[in-house]
Amino acid sequence: MKSSVIVFPGSNCDRDVAVALERLQFKNSMVWHKETELPKSDLIVVPGGFSYGDYLRSGAIAAKSNILSEVISAGKKGALILGICNGFQILIECELLQGALLRNSGLKFISKDILVKVQSNKNKFFNKYKAGEVLKLNIAHNEGNYFTNKKHLEELENNELIPLKYCDKEGNINLKSNPNGSINNIAGIFNKNKNILGMMPHPERMADKILSVEDGLGLFLSLMN
Amino acid sequence: MKFAVTVTLKKDVLDPQGKVVGQTLKNMGIKNLNQVRQGKFFEIDMDEKDSVKAEGQVKEMCEKLLANQIIEDFKINKAE
Repeated sequence: MKSSVIVFPGSNCDRDVAVALERLQFKNSMVWHKETELPKSDLIVVPGGFSYGDYLRSGAIAAKSNILSEVISAGKKGALILGICNGFQILIECELLQGALLRNSGLKFISKDILVKVQSNKNKFFNKYKAGEVLKLNIAHNEGNYFTNKKHLEELENNELIPLKYCDKEGNINLKSNPNGSINNIAGIFNKNKNILGMMPHPERMADKILSVEDGLGLFLSLMN
Repeated sequence: MKFAVTVTLKKDVLDPQGKVVGQTLKNMGIKNLNQVRQGKFFEIDMDEKDSVKAEGQVKEMCEKLLANQIIEDFKINKAE
């Protein structure tokens, strides 16, 4: 499997993702945002961080960078794209994913471990998990409060396009287990074809037992399937 | 030719910053305050004499970059 991790000024999770991918024998390339050509890749990762200092809106400037037009056309051709945290914000700003990520409802930057429930495993990204499995992942964001219109929300819910929702230890999805005000506790969404995933939690931070748990590893393993 | 552009969150999108600012102003004793919406302000200077053309370009800037139209509205005013 060949992967590319896109690097912007201000990206800070790019190397963590690369380490997780390389551990699983992905042949990975780091691709600088000024590049105009994308190496041939089965997976493109838009990593977390604060691209361009979050100027204007998180992800807004990165969405107009050279390499993103390549990422957009690859995504439309069916390439697998994973956007994590700021990467999710960038995929939203470049309209590969619909909706918006607003400021957290509590107005605070949240950096902590949270729990998410796998809603569906019938896709390329979560097939190594069981549906209903509760994962411990980490979030670190200021704008992770997902919002979309009623029609799109119904489309997401009815077509298994919400793979992850914030939950508690027992797997209950409710207001109490919602860290940022995200509509329907959404932690990640797919596009219609399920080849593009955006998620606020960081799977790459939970991919090595030395650091924490390995709950995020399954996502990268799923992609190899 | 200068333009003043304001970008604010749409009416039905929660504006937590505006809410906190509004609540603080109420706490400071301003009783007749209805609400505060917080936004962004851009001053755009164009090297263009044709005001219709320039305004059209500023509108395009708003649509393509300055505002996220899913959650934000924009207003364009000619500054001079």
